[in-house]
Amino acid sequence: MTARKRRPRRRRIGRREVIVPTPTPKSFYGHGIPGVDSEQLTGKLIVVEGADGSGRSTQIAMLVEWLEASGHATAQVGLKRSNLVSEELENATNGNILGRKTLSLFYATDFADQLENAILPALRAGLMVLADRYIYTLMARDLVRGLDEAWLKNVYGIAPAPDVVFYLQVSPEELVQRNFAKRHSLDFWESGMDLGISSDMFDSFLEYQRRMAGQFQRLQESYGFSIVDGARPVDEVNAELQAKIDSVLAGPQA
Amino acid sequence: MKKAPSKHDYPGRLIAVEGLDGSGKSTQVYLLKRWMEMQGLKVFFSEWNSSILVKSATSKGKSRELLTPTTFSLIHATDFADRYERQLVPLLRAGYIVLCDRYIFTAFARDVVRGCPKSWVEGIYDFAVQPDLTFFFRANLEVSLQRILSGRPQLKYFEAGMDLRLSSDPYESFRIFQGRILEQYLAMSADHGFHVIDANQSIEPQQALVRQIVEARIDLPSFASPER
Repeated sequence: MTARKRRPRRRRIGRREVIVPTPTPKSFYGHGIPGVDSEQLTGKLIVVEGADGSGRSTQIAMLVEWLEASGHATAQVGLKRSNLVSEELENATNGNILGRKTLSLFYATDFADQLENAILPALRAGLMVLADRYIYTLMARDLVRGLDEAWLKNVYGIAPAPDVVFYLQVSPEELVQRNFAKRHSLDFWESGMDLGISSDMFDSFLEYQRRMAGQFQRLQESYGFSIVDGARPVDEVNAELQAKIDSVLAGPQA
Repeated sequence: MKKAPSKHDYPGRLIAVEGLDGSGKSTQVYLLKRWMEMQGLKVFFSEWNSSILVKSATSKGKSRELLTPTTFSLIHATDFADRYERQLVPLLRAGYIVLCDRYIFTAFARDVVRGCPKSWVEGIYDFAVQPDLTFFFRANLEVSLQRILSGRPQLKYFEAGMDLRLSSDPYESFRIFQGRILEQYLAMSADHGFHVIDANQSIEPQQALVRQIVEARIDLPSFASPER
């Protein structure tokens, strides 16, 4: 068999020297995970946050190509992908039958499972770990729904602080257009329909996304995201991400 | 983040029973429930680890040994939160006597023994109210072990704490693991006002004592079901 795997899209990436990343110490936001030594986490954790339609998966796919072309091994992680509970979580969200605290803890379980089985092993192995959403989305969703911030920070004290967090900012009006262009409908949860803001899904979507953006602004203050204007052309956005990642790989300059 | 569970002001009453596996607490709480039912009281019984929504994930995690101390803790917290939000609080608000076979103290003891930081676990459960009465059934390890084994042929993986790799022998592992849990229970006993019941005794004297304490602390007739 000599058939080559066809890649959907071939981009020209200039010949790059392989850059050996500068090791930087990792830390956990809180107590971390029992028995995990943060010193052993030699990989880099790169998080891309943003609403549905903000271009997260497109940007991540481009980053993976670029990183691999530059000689880095990558791993991709995201929410609702755990072996442990993703199926049950999917069922539960389809029915909207869980209480808020329950749903929050269910997501936390899913995150913890991914953390221990995918993120931490990849970081130990020295990989570039690209996370399609991280604890901030989970926290913002819960904050919009009135859960206590201190309680959430305690729960997510298990998470390692990423090396860089990008928040792709796109206005709610633009998000509507992108969601319709993609699948001609708005998602129940991304519209915050459980909150009873409005029985009109369009209005609810706009208001919910405004509230989410507001929570992200607040979280930005404590967690220091890089806010990226996601309304620009895809390549321009990616160039900005690449430049920031390059400086992360180079490590703190003396 | 250290917050003791807060007192509730719901019209109902919350009674929790705690103890090691095999301490006989489930028998005791069952008899307590029957006693209340026969008096025509509004009573509801809730068991640890029984939320239907979360159950398939928990049992999958357990049977495939997918759980780590952190996910073990979080999945049980999810289960508890589901029962708490959908059953316990609404029933307490409706003026029921709610009996819980295991409550947050089970999580405090087990998760800490598994290596989770105490303040983290306490923080997760800080939405749960303090019970009006908590009974702790204190049995010797050998008594517990025998009670478990008289009911079924083998110890379960997690109840023996086999995930902690304390010993390759399940019986030895059980002794070490349950011994550590007992220490945790005893350490929080005073803070949370446990009524400690000597569970090495036979069933009847324990039940007599439990009923006596309940009667003294809760005005039972005021929880009578409305006549139909």
